[in-house]
Amino acid sequence: MIPLSYFLILSIILFVLGAIGFFIKRDLITQFMTVEIMLNAANLAFITFAKSAGSLDGQVIVFFIITVAAAEAAVGLAIILLVYRQKKTIKSEDIKLMKG
Amino acid sequence: MTEIFWLIPFIPALSTLILAVFGQKLPKKYVSFQACFAVFASFVISVISLIGLLQAGHEHSTIVKNLFSWIHAGSFKADLSLQLDPLSAVMALVVTGVGFLIHVYSVGYMAEDKGYTRYFTYMNLFTFAMLVLVMASNIVLMFVGWEGVGLCSYLLIGFWFEKHSAANAGKKAFIVNRIGDAAFLLGIFFIFIHIGSGEFRAINEAIGGGEITQSLATLIAILLFVGAVGKSAQIPLYVWLPDAMEGPTPVSALIHAATMVTAGVYMVSRMNILFTFSISAGHIVAVVGAVTAVFAATMALTQNDIKRVLAYSTISQIGYMFIGCGVGAYAAGMFHLYTHAFFKSLLFLAAGSVMHALSGELNMQKMGGLRKYLPLTYPTFLIGAIAIAGIPFLSGFFSKDAILTSAFASGQYFVWGLGIFGAVLTAFYMFRLIFLTFYGKERLEPEAKKHLHESPPVMTIPLVLLAFFSVIAGYVGLPVVFGKKLDFFGRFLEPVIEHAHEVHLTLGTEWMLILISVAVAVTGIYIAWVFYIKNPQTPHNLVARFPGLYKLLYNKYYVDEIYNTLFVNSTIKGSEVVYDHFDLKVIDGAVNGSASATNFFGKVLSYIQTGLIKDYALIFLLGAILLLGYLLF
Amino acid sequence: MAHILFFLLAIICIGSVLGMIISKDQAYNALFLIVAFACMGGLFALLDAPFIAAVQIIIYAGAIMILFIFVVMMINLRTGIGPEKKKWTLYFAFLVAGVLIIELVLTLKGALKPISSASMDKIGSPTDLGRLLFTKYLYPFEITSILIIAALVGAIVLVKKRDKE
Repeated sequence: MIPLSYFLILSIILFVLGAIGFFIKRDLITQFMTVEIMLNAANLAFITFAKSAGSLDGQVIVFFIITVAAAEAAVGLAIILLVYRQKKTIKSEDIKLMKG
Repeated sequence: MTEIFWLIPFIPALSTLILAVFGQKLPKKYVSFQACFAVFASFVISVISLIGLLQAGHEHSTIVKNLFSWIHAGSFKADLSLQLDPLSAVMALVVTGVGFLIHVYSVGYMAEDKGYTRYFTYMNLFTFAMLVLVMASNIVLMFVGWEGVGLCSYLLIGFWFEKHSAANAGKKAFIVNRIGDAAFLLGIFFIFIHIGSGEFRAINEAIGGGEITQSLATLIAILLFVGAVGKSAQIPLYVWLPDAMEGPTPVSALIHAATMVTAGVYMVSRMNILFTFSISAGHIVAVVGAVTAVFAATMALTQNDIKRVLAYSTISQIGYMFIGCGVGAYAAGMFHLYTHAFFKSLLFLAAGSVMHALSGELNMQKMGGLRKYLPLTYPTFLIGAIAIAGIPFLSGFFSKDAILTSAFASGQYFVWGLGIFGAVLTAFYMFRLIFLTFYGKERLEPEAKKHLHESPPVMTIPLVLLAFFSVIAGYVGLPVVFGKKLDFFGRFLEPVIEHAHEVHLTLGTEWMLILISVAVAVTGIYIAWVFYIKNPQTPHNLVARFPGLYKLLYNKYYVDEIYNTLFVNSTIKGSEVVYDHFDLKVIDGAVNGSASATNFFGKVLSYIQTGLIKDYALIFLLGAILLLGYLLF
Repeated sequence: MAHILFFLLAIICIGSVLGMIISKDQAYNALFLIVAFACMGGLFALLDAPFIAAVQIIIYAGAIMILFIFVVMMINLRTGIGPEKKKWTLYFAFLVAGVLIIELVLTLKGALKPISSASMDKIGSPTDLGRLLFTKYLYPFEITSILIIAALVGAIVLVKKRDKE
């Protein structure tokens, strides 16, 4: 079959792309999307290892990760909306209230 | 009868505790009652224990009761254990008996004082500490009592602490004592290193068994004696005692006449086997005692403060006690301690009564002719003076004579000579005091004369009782000339104090010595009479002829000033230097420095907190990378 | 056959992620992400996890991305926001990325056991997953449901328009 290391390398590439994307992008929504990519890369790794170890525990964990990511996306987007209402901007560099 | 002896220190201790915790809320009458009763109860138990000892006879004369296992550190053992034997019984009786009378006197003397409860708390605490000192069965517990009485001395000397002179006097007493205590501690250390135990019985056995060398014994003895020099105010550590007169007069009577200052003598007597074994130590003790006796007596000749005369007299008399111990006649030394307790406290209390009558005046030059106004104080004072001068049939005669005879008999003629000279001086200055105070022209301040009154019975009854004992106390130790059997005191102490030197003087020599003692006493009194009654101008003429000598004596040989320049000021300057360079710069610098360093780091770290999510995320990632790197490698 | 499928899916995935990073428009970003998620689902199916693949597509590519698109539409930015202008942040990001890749690759050395034949038969069917969920992972399951309720309530409460304003 397909050597599992390929999947893992793919997972690594996706993760690093997500990380780079987070630092490059300046608007909040897209940054959030890059975080979702990173989560997915982790999911891929989990499934790969589940297949390699022969147990289904990895898949159950992925199940939970997807669920939690959904909840997190809902709340996170709500917060982004609120920030937009207050500050009228979604540029992440304009949100500096926690400075110092 | 002797089973309850261990209660003796603890009844005053309990009283102290109650007074310390609740004292402010208790009525004054109750405080007086409790304080006096506590000491009286201890006195009663001491008497009972004494009777029990007398009945038990020589073989069972040492009873030890281990109350509490206090320190057990490897081979170092010190327990809370009390010992009842003839020596400690005598001391306990003196402390509690005289202490009780002084407590009663204080009820009258301190009646107006606002620190009344505090005073009795400290007095009871002192009684407890002193009893622990005399009844301890090992040297460590004795040292605890030693320090305890030092503390109480400080507290009571500086009782009126708002007065600068009193506070300084208390400080001086404590610090000078400390010097002695340092040597004492060293002595204790050496004892533990070479003998292994602090129990007195063990020490005596070790010395008797020949386990330590002459030089070691001498070293330990000298170190312990330095401690005694500090506590008992001998040369060179006597300077605190005259200043200690800043305290209330009953305090001077109890602590600085009858009990605390005699602790050194007690200690030497307790360690008599050590001091006998080391021959040089005995010599040193006797010589120091003799020189102090004369030195202090010369200073007493010119003082005008009535209490200071008595203070120097105390230093001198303790010198006599050390003479007795130094020549091997420990029983004689203890005998003088016992009689001295009576007449010296009597003298102090009577002086207090005079001061009370004159509303606090203590300058003898402002007294005179008081004998018609103080019908009870004057006779008791006179009895005390006669006793201390060594006139026959009163107690002082018997004890002083015992000491001087032993000194002569052991061949130390120099010591004996100094003792005789001291006796002349003693008689002279005591009667100078009597004549200046009670006879002659009245030189009173008009204010004082208006309020002149005899003291209340609560003060005069102890005086009468003490006078009574000053007369009869000597009869328990009659001189050897009357037959050895009549020396009850010496025989009683035999189990504890070995009669090392069996002195054999011919009867003729003995009688001769007695006559010489009496003669010098009478001479002293006669000279005083000439100076102050017959020819009152004589003192002035003498001062005019020898102004330098008078100044030297009046200024106490400038010893205080010498000490100040040599030791005190240099220490103060030294500590100021240390303060400036070390305390302020190093210690404060370190503390402040760590504060400013923390400040600095905080400022630096605050640059990381930019408020931007990206930067925080970057730090997360960097952290994760570092962690991963660490796990990989 | 499987290899070709794998490479196809992988390249499309990476390509859409790259596109998402480069593009300035948020709506395009969202669409690119949907493509990426769909490919991920395919990859999951290749790895014998059909149930998870289905869940991925339904929930991730379906529900979550719809949420994103809703928000993008609500915010309604006419002009896109470009990526970082400052060059040094770019270089720094690439540097960090490079380090990360190296580290992660190193981690993989010896991390994979050779595939045993027994595992070939294990397919993540709903039955087996369900059995696991309701026995071994019961607590996380229940707690996750509470989490979802909390998120639901939280999202609604947060975004409600205050009447008094």
